[in-house]
Amino acid sequence: MIRGSHPNSLLVIIPAFNEEGAVGQVVEGIRRWVPDAAVLVIDDCSTDSTIAVARAAGADVLPLPHHLGLGGCVQAGYKLAWETGFQYVIRVDGDGQHDPCDIPRILERLQNSGCEMVIGSRWIESNGSRTGPVRSLGIRFFRAVLRPILGKPVCDPTSGFVGVNRRALEVFKSSFPLEYPEIEALVVLQRRRFRFEEVPVKMHPRVTGRSSITTLRSFYYIAHVLLGVFVNILKYEHRRRLPGTGGSAKGD
Amino acid sequence: MDRLLTVTTAISIVLLVTVLFSVRRAHIRAEYSMTWLFLSAAMLVLSRSRGLLDYLRRAAGLPDTPLALFLIISAVFLIMFFRFSIIVSRLRDNNIALAQRLAILEYRLHSLDDHEK
Repeated sequence: MIRGSHPNSLLVIIPAFNEEGAVGQVVEGIRRWVPDAAVLVIDDCSTDSTIAVARAAGADVLPLPHHLGLGGCVQAGYKLAWETGFQYVIRVDGDGQHDPCDIPRILERLQNSGCEMVIGSRWIESNGSRTGPVRSLGIRFFRAVLRPILGKPVCDPTSGFVGVNRRALEVFKSSFPLEYPEIEALVVLQRRRFRFEEVPVKMHPRVTGRSSITTLRSFYYIAHVLLGVFVNILKYEHRRRLPGTGGSAKGD
Repeated sequence: MDRLLTVTTAISIVLLVTVLFSVRRAHIRAEYSMTWLFLSAAMLVLSRSRGLLDYLRRAAGLPDTPLALFLIISAVFLIMFFRFSIIVSRLRDNNIALAQRLAILEYRLHSLDDHEK
């Protein structure tokens, strides 16, 4: 079983749903770039051989009993990381978009800056990462919305290539957005006055599968995330909690 | 108007009987059946009591009685749907938390089994 036994212990979590075509390469890449890290694939009830491929590549697997969606899947990983004592957790997508060679840079920033979250951003430097026009427009929109809320600019608010430390884990194990969690998670942390930083990363086109956010769904995505952002701002439980006090908002 | 009230009476009786049978067969929990029983009883009383319906129409400043009946029933249904949305949301949160807990406990159990082997 994975266990965060030393003060700088790192767990890399990979939420996966039907990613048999890419998850093996992702796990192998992580093991090559951060050999000391534990690797956990959280399987969201895949109907293909994602679990077998992940195990064969050397990852631990946390199979969920039924499909929870991305947020529930990632939060399960955060809960296990918290309970097993890990200091840092970095989330990597199972579709091959995130390059494991950037993990050491995210970890280093987490350890040296003391901030609670580090986002791997494809927009800090021009690094050849490409994205569709609709998504690009959505990212610009959310940059503008989030800037006054977060009090600082965020270049890539939709990035799922994210590292967190144990203080953020304590919050996320109890309160984590269930659908499209990336942007809302920033607001959840901001309400605790936690800090985040961004580091440049390169993102590749996904190896297999398709994004769940189609052009039509992107409008639903924008409305849903906007609502989530404002709900998180208005939540009463966040107003009464002071930074560092932790506690449980909901869940267990 | 009379036909409308008769139809409303028939619907409320059917609803009342259906809810009671559902409770008896344990298809619906008693605490959730109370709202439906209250609604169907209220519909029955309103459809059989023109005086009360006229009083409510005048109090609401509405021009005619069928509109008053329609609005009252719609308002109660909206409140019920909202209440059930709250219940479903709470159940979903609990369900996700339980699924995550189950997954973590199974993971730990299998790890212990592997360790013993």
